[in-house]
Amino acid sequence: MQKSTLFEFLRTVIAVLIAIIMAFIIIFFISKQPIEAINRFLFGPISSFRHFGNVLEMVIPLIFTSLAVSVMFQAKQFNMGAEGSFFIGAVAAAAIGIKFKLPPVLHPLVAIAAGGIVGGAANFIPAFLKARWKASELVSSLMLNYIMFNLGIYFINYYLRDPYAGAMVSYTVNPTANLPQFVPRTRIHAGIFIAVLAVIVVYYFLYRTRWGFALRMTGINSKFADYSGINTNMVILYSQIIGGMIAGIGGATELLGMYQRFQWQSLPGYGFDGIIVAILARNNPLLIPVAAVFLAYMRIGADLMSRMTDVPSEMVSVIQAVMIMLIAAEAFLSYWRHKMVVREAKIDG
Amino acid sequence: MPDEILKMQNITKVYPNGIVANKGVNFSVYAGEIHALVGENGAGKTTLMKILFGLEHPEEGAIYLKGEKIIISSPQVAIRHKIGMVHQHFMLVPSLTVAENIVLGMEPSRRGFIDIEKAIETTEKLSEKYNLKVDARAKIADLPVGQRQKVEILKALLRGAEILILDEPTAVLTPQETTELFSELVHLKNKGHTIIFISHKLKEIKEISDRVTIMRHGKNMGVYRTQDVTEEEISRLMVGRDVVLKVQKQKNKPGDAVLHVENLSYTDDYGKNVLKNISFSVRRGEILGIAGVEGNGQRELVEIVTGLRACQEGKIYISGKPVNNLSIKQIRELGTSHIPEDRMTYGVAGPASIGENLISDRFYKKEFNTGLFLNLKKLNELTARLAKEYTVKCSTPKLAVKMLSGGNIQKVVVAREFSSNPKLLIADQPTRGIDVGATEFIHKKLIELRDGGTAILLVSADLNEVMEISDSILVMYGGEVVAYFPDASRITEEELGLYMLGVKRQSAEEIGGAFYAKKHAV
Ligand SMILES: Nc1ncnc2c1ncn2[C@@H]1O[C@H](COP(=O)(O)OP(=O)(O)O)[C@@H](O)[C@H]1O
Ligand SMILES: [Mg+2]
Repeated sequence: MQKSTLFEFLRTVIAVLIAIIMAFIIIFFISKQPIEAINRFLFGPISSFRHFGNVLEMVIPLIFTSLAVSVMFQAKQFNMGAEGSFFIGAVAAAAIGIKFKLPPVLHPLVAIAAGGIVGGAANFIPAFLKARWKASELVSSLMLNYIMFNLGIYFINYYLRDPYAGAMVSYTVNPTANLPQFVPRTRIHAGIFIAVLAVIVVYYFLYRTRWGFALRMTGINSKFADYSGINTNMVILYSQIIGGMIAGIGGATELLGMYQRFQWQSLPGYGFDGIIVAILARNNPLLIPVAAVFLAYMRIGADLMSRMTDVPSEMVSVIQAVMIMLIAAEAFLSYWRHKMVVREAKIDG
Repeated sequence: MPDEILKMQNITKVYPNGIVANKGVNFSVYAGEIHALVGENGAGKTTLMKILFGLEHPEEGAIYLKGEKIIISSPQVAIRHKIGMVHQHFMLVPSLTVAENIVLGMEPSRRGFIDIEKAIETTEKLSEKYNLKVDARAKIADLPVGQRQKVEILKALLRGAEILILDEPTAVLTPQETTELFSELVHLKNKGHTIIFISHKLKEIKEISDRVTIMRHGKNMGVYRTQDVTEEEISRLMVGRDVVLKVQKQKNKPGDAVLHVENLSYTDDYGKNVLKNISFSVRRGEILGIAGVEGNGQRELVEIVTGLRACQEGKIYISGKPVNNLSIKQIRELGTSHIPEDRMTYGVAGPASIGENLISDRFYKKEFNTGLFLNLKKLNELTARLAKEYTVKCSTPKLAVKMLSGGNIQKVVVAREFSSNPKLLIADQPTRGIDVGATEFIHKKLIELRDGGTAILLVSADLNEVMEISDSILVMYGGEVVAYFPDASRITEEELGLYMLGVKRQSAEEIGGAFYAKKHAV
């Protein structure tokens, strides 16, 4: 590993540690049972098989959304649309799962493909606006999330809603479409294999294909990419469409693996969590599973803590915020980086 | 014993990319002298002066002003100590007037508004006092470089500069403007100012300076009274060996035209006509040099020919094909290579590896792909070979390009652009800011390409380079071609200077000679 990569890794670890220590300090101030709370937070997720199962269940959608974000961020497209694509992808999968009758293995695959296509189509909008008129994808994708949410709810309500179920939920998905849950006492489902496959595919796409090369060069220095003859407008388009597809596949997988019916009444938030994971993993697909496990572990830990003690689970948001701020702040630890550089430089050479 | 006004002691500076720009440098200046600081590009002169002006902070070392130790944490502090600096790249606001620029940050105000008249009065008084003539009401964007430089000097003087640092002030000037600047500097010196003058032109140093400090590879190689050393001695200390300044080349045998530029005009976003009806050709096996003060349309011309900027009016042909509406990729596939003027913006992707930078123009080609995937083995072989052939100093091509020194970064650009067998090469400032070794290397390679039949358009602010390397020369002034010399060896620097300044201009017929009959090399 290069020294600078190592440094970035240490910097991330230190940011995470500082954030967690700060959270602990706050817990000591606000809680009557701080030791108990911290104990639950740190060790809750590994206290039982079921709880650790919860961690892995959460990891699956996080991997998809953070992969989506990392592809777009590597192209320096600050698209926040993974949330909307994830949601609308789940709606599409629900529609296929409910309206079609297909043989087992094929059925989920078709539903997931539909989720990917719809998710990609959603992100085509900010991508096109950026490529054609230089409209900020950050703004347009954020707004698109609400459009996707309302469009999805409309579609569920008018075409897929089960009038006999007490709540606003869809009909049940045909069992042929469900992804099997294969670990007893948990809801870990076959989507985890799709997630691992996605990690590998994205890695190869970014580092071993000409399209990935063009994407990365555009992200690093778009003027250089232009000058080299790379069609950067094309990169702006396909990086976001691919991002939307991955998020859509993630939404579809989540729906088919975890639920019998479509029942979300609000955006589930995995798209935004994906941003946190991608930042922790420095947009590196191979580090994403690690970062996803870390975030899911913290979430489940906080959840257990809030259930058993007087500390609310929102404590995680404090940790996340401090962590992201420290990582994003270029100057954080830059003094030490410079020291390292000076030590290495051959001053007497 | 003359009076030592300033002393920098044992200065060491390491940049974030690991380059040691200054190594234990001692530097001292007497009051009221013109002190030349010389050294090759990359020797660390600018860095040392940036430290003195508070723009960079050294890892080690101390600065003494009139015997007192001072800490210069920012340019504001430097200005308070009456130190002023005129940068290599000017830092003026082009859309404002001369007077507005000069008072910027210390504007005279009346009832909360800037008092423009007062600013103009201040400027004119100052201009008169120091005998630096500028038009206070003119807009910076409309001024030639020589004038802008005076504005920069006045700006520093208004802020009370007694020690004035000039970083390569003559690099952008014509010979005539240089003479004028020198008389102004002598005037300043007679008024009691101390001047630190950075240059690597030995003739100028002999002419203007009282003492000279020579730097090489971030170290001080010695301080001399200028009259006690010869140009040869300075040069040897600078480079560490005897330099052959003459480029070895045979007379060329130009073939058919590869590039035709026909009646090219361009109006920029501000409505200024940057290019006016330009026509010329570059032929196979010919180096056509473009001489001219920077900012006379050269940049726009290069950007339009290479496809970085859209063409508005006129026609461009490469090997007979009209390229006006082609993408950069299509233009490159016609056999065009391009060394860009700004290597960190266009030439490389800094954080990407050397290898990735070397393949950015050809990674998509069939020969480097197997099916969906890049053929990494073949690409790695290529990059290893190029890094070696072009003597890029690196442990491995996997290193990030930004970790290299300027000369080595330029070698990466050159390796990529020269190794694709170009029919046409646009070389824009190919050796700017790099050391003599790399410069010699690039010059040699340019001649090799020419001898291999490449048509080369060379744009350079370095008049020496244009005259040494080119077979024929165009002069640009105010967005026009004002002169064409079919034989570069038969013209003097002074004469070129007159055309560059717009004092002289050839007849339409002579200029038209640059456009060769439409016969194309294939
Ligand atoms: N901001 C910077 N970051 C990293 N390296 C730099 C920077 N500025 C200059 N350098 C490097 O430091 C060395 C000295 O540069 P400089 O002081 O500009 O030399 P000079 O003015 O004598 O040409 C060069 O190798 C150059 O590439
Ligand atoms: Mg310099």
